[in-house]
Amino acid sequence: MIAFPWITLLTTVPIVGALVLLVLGGRNKNLARWSALAFSFVALVLTLILWRHFDPASGSLQFQERHAWISPLGVEYRVGIDGLGLLMLLLSSIVVPIGMVASWQIEERVPLYYSLILILQACLFGTFTALNFFHWFIFWELSLIPAFFLIRLWGGPRRASASTQFLIYTMVGSITLLLAFIAIFLATKKFDFIDLAALAQNGQLMPAVIGKLAWHRFTPQHVALVLFAGAFLGFAVKVPIFPFHTWLPSAYCEAPTGTTILLTGAMSKMGVYGFLRILLPIFGAQMQLVLTPLLWMAVATIVLSAYAALAQKDLKRIFAYSSINHLGYCLLGIFAVVKFTGGDTALIAEKYAAMNGVFLQMFNHALTASTLFWFVAMLEKRSGGLRGLDDFGGLRKVAPVFTGLMGIALFSTLGLPGLNGFIGEFLIFKGSFPLATWATSFSVLGLLATAIFILGILQRVFSGPLNERWAGLPDLTAGERLALAPAIILMFVLGLYPQAVLGAINNTVMQAVQHLQF
Amino acid sequence: MLAWTIYISFLGAAGLLLLPRGSVGAARVLALLTAIAGFAITLTVFVQHRTGEMLTITRVPWLPSLGIEYHLAADGISLTLLLLTGIIAITSILFSWDIEDRAKEFLALFLLLIGAVYGVFLSYDLFLLFVFYEIVIIPKYFLIAIWGSTRREYGAMKLVLYSFAGSAMVLIGLIAAYVAAGARSTSLGDLAGFPFSLHFQMAAFPLVFVGFAVLAGMWPLHTWAPTGHVAAPTAASMLLAGVVMKLGAYGCLRVAMTLFPLGLGPWGFHVLGLGSWRDVFALLAVIGILYGGLVALVQKDFKFVIGYSSVSHMGFILLGLMTLNQLGLSGAVLQMFSHGILAGLLFAVVGRMVYARTHTRDLAVLGAMDLNKAIPFAAVTFVIAGMASMGLPGFSGFWAELMVLVGVWRAYPTFAVCVGFGIVVGVAYIWRAMQKAFFAEAGTGSATPGPPLPPITIPERVGAMVLIGASVLVGLYPQILLNVIQPALNSPLFEGLRKGSWQ
Repeated sequence: MIAFPWITLLTTVPIVGALVLLVLGGRNKNLARWSALAFSFVALVLTLILWRHFDPASGSLQFQERHAWISPLGVEYRVGIDGLGLLMLLLSSIVVPIGMVASWQIEERVPLYYSLILILQACLFGTFTALNFFHWFIFWELSLIPAFFLIRLWGGPRRASASTQFLIYTMVGSITLLLAFIAIFLATKKFDFIDLAALAQNGQLMPAVIGKLAWHRFTPQHVALVLFAGAFLGFAVKVPIFPFHTWLPSAYCEAPTGTTILLTGAMSKMGVYGFLRILLPIFGAQMQLVLTPLLWMAVATIVLSAYAALAQKDLKRIFAYSSINHLGYCLLGIFAVVKFTGGDTALIAEKYAAMNGVFLQMFNHALTASTLFWFVAMLEKRSGGLRGLDDFGGLRKVAPVFTGLMGIALFSTLGLPGLNGFIGEFLIFKGSFPLATWATSFSVLGLLATAIFILGILQRVFSGPLNERWAGLPDLTAGERLALAPAIILMFVLGLYPQAVLGAINNTVMQAVQHLQF
Repeated sequence: MLAWTIYISFLGAAGLLLLPRGSVGAARVLALLTAIAGFAITLTVFVQHRTGEMLTITRVPWLPSLGIEYHLAADGISLTLLLLTGIIAITSILFSWDIEDRAKEFLALFLLLIGAVYGVFLSYDLFLLFVFYEIVIIPKYFLIAIWGSTRREYGAMKLVLYSFAGSAMVLIGLIAAYVAAGARSTSLGDLAGFPFSLHFQMAAFPLVFVGFAVLAGMWPLHTWAPTGHVAAPTAASMLLAGVVMKLGAYGCLRVAMTLFPLGLGPWGFHVLGLGSWRDVFALLAVIGILYGGLVALVQKDFKFVIGYSSVSHMGFILLGLMTLNQLGLSGAVLQMFSHGILAGLLFAVVGRMVYARTHTRDLAVLGAMDLNKAIPFAAVTFVIAGMASMGLPGFSGFWAELMVLVGVWRAYPTFAVCVGFGIVVGVAYIWRAMQKAFFAEAGTGSATPGPPLPPITIPERVGAMVLIGASVLVGLYPQILLNVIQPALNSPLFEGLRKGSWQ
């Protein structure tokens, strides 16, 4: 049966949208905004159709399309999704419209802005569905370009250096990743993630690489580690992991807030996705060798970024560091799962829990962080660009609905039970604690700091005496409330009924964990 | 039929000179039609001739007593480069639509140059090849010296002296080979089949290789390239960087390496860790990649950035040749095509779209003009060309550099890391130039807004689209070219090389 190419269609929709906007984008700004939003809704609907037809009972790849492309180089057009891919598609389709709505106040070159966002969305879809290294790498690299220009052309005062730093950091990571995969290709003649993962699982991958690549005076072990390091750097920069994170705060801060939503909500997930789809299956053995430093890097990412957030005065910077912190939990969970536990089944339940937590955390972080930055965008719109922690005060009195809804999002970040942030972090901690006790215990310090800075925001911005300057600050309009409602409702739904997501991913998680044999 | 690419270009040049005085418009159209005809012929043959093997076109005796024949032939490698020549010819004429000063002579010289380039790529007889190779130099000189800009006499003279020095080395090597083989034939096939002694090959290979590599911009003999490119008018710099530099690389592969394959073998001893000419040239190529990139990173003149980037990219071609494996060699040929297209595009943006409007190439001055708003089409074109040039996937440069890189991984793993660094530098200099020229903050407001720049014309738009289209087409489906390049590399002509360390 030749199945309908759903995934190709999904990737094409935003590209078509971008072209339409570029060609027809005249002077009518509102038309550009609404048509961009329409295209992103079409993509959302398509994703929902995929979800509807997705068979959660099978943990393997579905909706596959496979065509020959450049056969001598082992390049194929191969796409498909499992639970992980589906989750990623869902979160991209949710985050992109949020980013678009949050960018409504952009007035300069509107059609270009929205077409760049649509291109970025196409790159996200491509990255999350491609199963061949090259096909995947095209989208991975191409996503930098719209992101760069979104920051460069519409960003804040220090956009020039922020965007360049962002580009150079990610580019260096990409090149080391590329070099590592070229080496693997030379040895195995394969670029296919699934084939490579199968080879790695049989324990044939690294012997093949070592046999084919006689690298001067390097021991086999070292060759494998060098390749792992190359691939690791590519993803570590993207997530980011301490100490490769320094590009992030300025990039997030200088980007227009709508773009920040895309960066944190969707693009940072590309890094985590890379860990799950590529590093874990292909380089699992190498990860295990250097597990201790990796774990401590994750702990450093969690704890240091939380404390860094404490020291910030700018709301966007606070949330930028908080994003690093939240993705740190994902890494902690991933690294804990790699831990060697002896027998086949020992602690397997903990591994399932941690891995499920990682998946959920990615989705939740996308939702929560996007919503929080959205609130920042709305606050900026009202304050004329101000977003300092000390610029406000007592907003609760003039804008009670704003305060209430943003409070929900803040508590969700904090991980309050009943809201979506809780369940992911809980599962990660539950799973990781028996596997990596010390690292997990130290990470709790991060939770503490998060609580302090979240409460700090609530106190200094929303309660206390009203800052007279903002006496006329308008509350959320009906339109804004309506737009926010789905996001807030989703927070509660996922908090109370995480099964909605877990059901789709559970079998993928089990397969992924079972495949990790060393 | 392919031979008509040469004749039609020469006829076009002659026709231009016969046009009445002052008929500039007709001259442009005639030149454009000539270029299109040449490209159409190549394309027809390319579509029909899918195998990529050597195809004899014309073979008649010329100087029978010396064994010299008028022998034209084409294989997949020549076809690829002929296509490149055709595309660059068409687009560079489109980009010189604005030349008013002695336009007829300009276009006639230009077509003469194109015809000679076609001749080099089609010659199977080495004497014939050398004749065309020398003809190329003459119109180059006049195009730069008469229509050029900054220090044009100096640039033109330097270019000619370097070219002649290189040609002299090639000539000595070829005559030596001809004599050593018994002075019976100058056909490439015959000479490549002749078993020259190891000692002879060891001596002749570097001579001929370096002679050609001068034109390919091999470090440290590259210095003519940036000055020449900068001094040349836009169409000439497109052709110089796009096609003429490829003549050198083509000569290295087609002549030096096929005639003297043993010259690439090990010396039997090591000097500073280098054990063969192959190692030496590979090292020089890597130095060229890094040096060209780093120098491009600090230029103040927009056109010099592109000039040095050419040196860096040509290093990839030479390095690919020295890998001596299938992937590296096909990558090198693909890079010849890719760099030809992209260098042409970059020079078109800098020379025609920007310099012809602003009359400055100083990055600091350009930055104050807020060019991304004044001429957005130029900004977008440069961004796309820059992305392609830095080797982003989806463009031709990616596959070319990737294949070279894969080949280098196999042959010289240490160099692969250096090349990886070179790619990062490539990203940096393109990005720096782009930021400074198009996206600098006008900020201070002290710069007095000059008269509005004239808008981008239709010929410029068409030219840019054609070049971008070619790069994207090859980027998405490199098989188009690889299907003819790879059989060509497996043909009997390269048998000597394959016996060496072919993988």
